[in-house]
Amino acid sequence: MNGKDVQSLTAIVVCIIAAACFPFIADGYWMSIGVTAMMYMALATSWALFSGPTHYISLATAAFFGIGGYLVGTGMSDYDLSFWLMMAISAVVATVLAALIGLATLRLSGVYFVIFTLGLAEMIRNLVSWVQNNFLGSRGLYVLTDFTDADIYWMLLTVAAAVYLLGWLINRSRLGFALRIIGNDETVARHVGINTAWSKVLLFMTTGFFAAIVGAIIAPRYSYIEPNLVFKPELSFLVVIMALLGGAHRLWGPIVGVIPFTLLWEAISISFPNYTTLLLGLAFLLIVYFIPRGLIGLIEDLVERSRA
Amino acid sequence: MDIIISGLLLGGTYALMAMGLNLQYGVARIMNLANGEMLVLGALAAFTFYVSVQLSPLLTMFIVAPAAFLLNWLIYRFLLRPLVRRAKNQGQLEVDSILATFGMSFALVGVMVSIQGGYFTYSFLADPFSILGTTVALNRLIAFILAVIIGLALYLWLHHSRPGMAVRAVAVSSDASKLVGINVSRVSALAFALGGAITAVGGTLISTFITLDASIGVIFTMKALIIVIMGGVGDIRGAIIAAAILGLVETAVASLIDPGLTLAAAYLIFLLVLLFRPQGLFGRRAT
Amino acid sequence: MTTGSPLLTVRNVTKRFGGLVAVNDMTFDVKEHEVMGIIGPNGSGKTTMMNLISGALPVTSGAIDMRGHLLSQAPTHEIARLGVARTFQLVRVLPGLSVIENVMAGAVFGHRRRWGNEARFFAEALLERIGLGAHRHQPVSSLTYIDQKRLEIARALAGEPAVLLLDEWLAGLNPTELQIGMDLVASLRGEGRTVILVEHVMDAIRSLCDRCVVMNSGRKIAEGAPEDVLSDAEVIRAYLGDE
Repeated sequence: MNGKDVQSLTAIVVCIIAAACFPFIADGYWMSIGVTAMMYMALATSWALFSGPTHYISLATAAFFGIGGYLVGTGMSDYDLSFWLMMAISAVVATVLAALIGLATLRLSGVYFVIFTLGLAEMIRNLVSWVQNNFLGSRGLYVLTDFTDADIYWMLLTVAAAVYLLGWLINRSRLGFALRIIGNDETVARHVGINTAWSKVLLFMTTGFFAAIVGAIIAPRYSYIEPNLVFKPELSFLVVIMALLGGAHRLWGPIVGVIPFTLLWEAISISFPNYTTLLLGLAFLLIVYFIPRGLIGLIEDLVERSRA
Repeated sequence: MDIIISGLLLGGTYALMAMGLNLQYGVARIMNLANGEMLVLGALAAFTFYVSVQLSPLLTMFIVAPAAFLLNWLIYRFLLRPLVRRAKNQGQLEVDSILATFGMSFALVGVMVSIQGGYFTYSFLADPFSILGTTVALNRLIAFILAVIIGLALYLWLHHSRPGMAVRAVAVSSDASKLVGINVSRVSALAFALGGAITAVGGTLISTFITLDASIGVIFTMKALIIVIMGGVGDIRGAIIAAAILGLVETAVASLIDPGLTLAAAYLIFLLVLLFRPQGLFGRRAT
Repeated sequence: MTTGSPLLTVRNVTKRFGGLVAVNDMTFDVKEHEVMGIIGPNGSGKTTMMNLISGALPVTSGAIDMRGHLLSQAPTHEIARLGVARTFQLVRVLPGLSVIENVMAGAVFGHRRRWGNEARFFAEALLERIGLGAHRHQPVSSLTYIDQKRLEIARALAGEPAVLLLDEWLAGLNPTELQIGMDLVASLRGEGRTVILVEHVMDAIRSLCDRCVVMNSGRKIAEGAPEDVLSDAEVIRAYLGDE
């Protein structure tokens, strides 16, 4: 570990402590926005761990998130199991599912992967609803805990911090270097001795793991869980857009995207509830055409220009 | 028998929309994830004209086709060509076009929801008709026959006309096509526009027997993609057989198990294809 | 120079693409410390043969073996780790990485694996040796064509491979660059490295190779010292036609 590493670790810790103090100054309204923002920070950062270097666009977030929320709901409601146990189980289930999806699709071209993840949340929602209606009886699932918004916020912050530190470690490891090479040229990567399929599957499993945990933590906030609520495909797209808005090529990029987008989205959802889909589409187009490297990319370009 | 007949009839319209996507991906190299929205747009036009001025969807088709052709041409020309120009390699184009067409897909859904937020329900030729001892609705049969005619026309055009040949040449190799003097950029725009028009007409036909709504496009995009991959990119014969398989399996699952599981069934097929024939049913293993 | 024991054995290897037989029943050995050329007219299957050895393509039938490891059954990355490194016919550098990182890619994941400062120092030494030391922190896009080709060799050497495959590495160079390139390969030979090269430049074949395998239409039509095979009647016919 050199001086620069110590410096950036210190910066990370300071940011985490500052973020942890937020509940002490925020009122109910801002607390609820804080929870939402923290949820997206954890999701977008873990999304970018995989999709940033490899350029494989994953739309599976909602599927893993839904597994977390749904399993917590069904476990606590139907089987009287503890929240923590169900959170652990859902993380394992999502990780295994991610491994299977990865093994089936990540050997092939990126397009197949995107397409497979595109309908995944919807497909799992159909399956879950079917199983619930035919075999379990279609009553609602209640997640009753005594967690406050602040508790949920701190749990999400812990997850986000864990994702960030993991990403920081990966970037310094052989695996991180391998992913950068894969993102540049997968053929070369294989020929220098990188097990490309395994590297990709491993990272994809990580994003599945964290998305399920986030879904599990958020479940108490809904208190009443049904498949339509937790398997919302829109979530996957929001995560992608926030990560890209910030810039997926840097570890801290997604965080830069989450804060403005969450605030903007909150405002839009209240003022123009009927136009959210349209605006989401326009946001995608805006990013692709005008800020392809995200806000960080803009900043980096400005810095470079002022230097030149 | 019921399942086979209605499965095949459904497969006919599926084949049509998959052909549209196939042209766009196989020739213009754009993975168009707004393809399903183009289909829903065709359906919305049929619904609107039928409800407002009692215009038969069979006539609406003739409005939808040129309108969708123009719209898709404009999309290619002004939104996608800049991405093609900007892309340093095929991988970057793929990522950019996926994100851009996501944007278009959401924007189109947004626009359509504001036009018609509910279901596109109307009743057109829902009369019973008997075929091989099975009773089917007349509208399904007519949609199937029209899909076959359009598909056949496309096939003949691709294989027996000069522009059709240029389209096939670009599909095989855009670099080599440039060398023999084909204007690849124009042919790509043509293929993209034509693909969009075919998909939209498919939507008009589907709307006569399936009730759609503004946000259902993504499901059809999924299905079209599964068919294209199963049939093999650029392979019309493969797409037809793949569409028939998907139509049959969906109908079977819907009538034997649960209509809510059709997407899961489509996924199962998709998974099997990815695991065992990623190069498509008739494709040769890629080099 | 040809006293070494066989390092790599190719036995009855065939590769089909649909109906086309690109490589047909090829059998040859590569001995330790030898530079072996694979030559033949365009489309005779040379590059396909290289792709089969490096695992870019799976064989249809036959076996490729290196020191008791069956390369023809192994995935590409496994083959690289077992000690086969290559360059590409169309130069493939990693555009998003700096010059030194390109070389480190080979050092970190190759046959003999290094990490951290060890990998960095090793890569720096290699760049120095290959003549790119001054460019180490530049982006690869700033390199000239010959320098990109040198970088590719440095990346391949960085894993200390048992055998190095050079696929038309000298193609597209101007006369000055060609001399630099040939000197570089000659120095590799002087170090006692095992090299398989596919080449069209006959001067290079004559001066660099210990032995040659000549291919035509996917088959081996001759094998031996360069001067012998290049005067072989069948080889001349393959290159020049029947007249």
